[in-house]
Amino acid sequence: MQKVLLLTRREIASYFVSPIAYVAMALFLLATGVFFGWMDFRPGQPAAMQGSFNIMMIVLVFFLPLLTMRALAEEQRSGTIETLLTAPVTDVQVVTAKFLGSWMFFLVMLAPTLLYVVVLAAFGQPDVGPIASGYIGLVLLGAAYVAIGILASSLTRNQIIAAVISFVALLLLAWPVPYVAQVVPPPWRTIIQRATMLSHYIDFTQGVVDVVHVIYFVVLTVYALFLTVKVLESRRWR
Amino acid sequence: MSAMIEVDDLTKFYGRTLALDRASFTVEEGRIVGFLGPNGAGKSTTLRILTGFMPPTSGQARVAGHDVLTEGLAVRRSIGYMPENVPLYPEMRVQEYLAFRAGLKEVPSGKRAAAVDRVVERCWLTDVRRRLVGQLSKGFRQRVGLAEALIADPPVLILDEPTIGLDPAQIQTVRELVRSLGEKHTVLLSSHILPEVEKTCSHLVIIAQGRIAAAGSVADLTEGLAASQRIVVEVHPGEGGEGPAEVARALGQVSGVDRVSHESAGGGWLRLAVQPAGDADPREGLYAMVTQRGWRLREMRREAPSLEELYVRITAGEAAAAGRPAA
Repeated sequence: MQKVLLLTRREIASYFVSPIAYVAMALFLLATGVFFGWMDFRPGQPAAMQGSFNIMMIVLVFFLPLLTMRALAEEQRSGTIETLLTAPVTDVQVVTAKFLGSWMFFLVMLAPTLLYVVVLAAFGQPDVGPIASGYIGLVLLGAAYVAIGILASSLTRNQIIAAVISFVALLLLAWPVPYVAQVVPPPWRTIIQRATMLSHYIDFTQGVVDVVHVIYFVVLTVYALFLTVKVLESRRWR
Repeated sequence: MSAMIEVDDLTKFYGRTLALDRASFTVEEGRIVGFLGPNGAGKSTTLRILTGFMPPTSGQARVAGHDVLTEGLAVRRSIGYMPENVPLYPEMRVQEYLAFRAGLKEVPSGKRAAAVDRVVERCWLTDVRRRLVGQLSKGFRQRVGLAEALIADPPVLILDEPTIGLDPAQIQTVRELVRSLGEKHTVLLSSHILPEVEKTCSHLVIIAQGRIAAAGSVADLTEGLAASQRIVVEVHPGEGGEGPAEVARALGQVSGVDRVSHESAGGGWLRLAVQPAGDADPREGLYAMVTQRGWRLREMRREAPSLEELYVRITAGEAAAAGRPAA
């Protein structure tokens, strides 16, 4: 456990010295800010952030791969993976730390959006319930995006390829492919809806915290990280 | 007491390419052993298998009594490893990096600062301890890598080409550092430069094309070579004297001589290489023969092939190892 903390701390610290992280963060906040102003912060709209939460799901598909692309790809390219894996740490510890480092940076990136809540409170009476549940959903959604990004990063030594793999995976699982479910006949419709993230995330934005959805995101996250551990392990039997 | 490092019949295929071919050798505790071989011989592959970074295709390896495949974590706790090209995190500072690695290697948090101080001093990194790793010159990077390998004071050190790319002054400092480690640690360092290894190590393992070609103490190997020495004689048979073949035949008849080969040394002089039979020393006999025939003699010397020649011969594919060498 101590080693996971040590590794995680290093990950987070290295994010803060990387220019890409700040750029991604700035662009993310810019995009969400624009949509917040355009969709939620308009006269006549309920004092909620539903539009913002929906938009963030899409914006993150573009930005989180940029954050997670270097997690393992850079180590594999520079060779530091060799010193990492020959230290007395397990693959599980390494992957957990990579995940926690990226996910925590995501939370840091998300934190400034709380300003929107403050703004809403200043000009209206926001309903805290849906906003809180929206953030819970976003945090879980981010975890899944990050885990997929880390898995993608473990597959290559090229950061760009990692970003692209992650991006494509998210296009399929998060947005826009899940919308396809609407024009597809059952039983495919149900299968696509249950398997992809959109249907599970939507409820959070509407104030509903359903255990089924929580489980979905947790399982998806854990599964992606499990596969990442297997990718690292495979190095030991290749 | 079993050896610190045991490599037994190690074989490694990269796809269809055979990188290691039933390599076997041991490294006894407290020794500094040079792992010598040309580029592509299988040195890095062997070291990576020993550190658990990649698995062998077949065969076994043990480090500090632990099997590298089944007791990977225990092996990694016992080693300090410096990979070729010393990969480091450029965005960290030197002492940050060392403290981080100390933590990963289970140095108790209370002792980490002291451990960092210790290796910083030992590896002459005091001036750069607060510098970003990415800003270091190659010489300093190498020392950081060495410091990292030492940070947890492991019983076994595995160094892959620790002096590569360094200038002579830097090579000397690294060499001194490695030599000073011999007392408390077991060191296996790889190189393709023989003189480097000769100056630092007491024992050698020579590998070429995936096979162990020779192993033993430098003293033993050199002595073994002394046995296959030859005598070089420069003789002038005089105007109108015997031809080269005649001279060679005459010398060949001296007792204790096995073979004679000859070449011209210019100006009528002949240089003949005399191979003694077994342990014989035919120099007196040769001198007697030369004076008896009335030839002029200007040089007679013994030549023992150097370790360097052995190395060159091995890497040219000639020499072979016998049995299971121990270093």
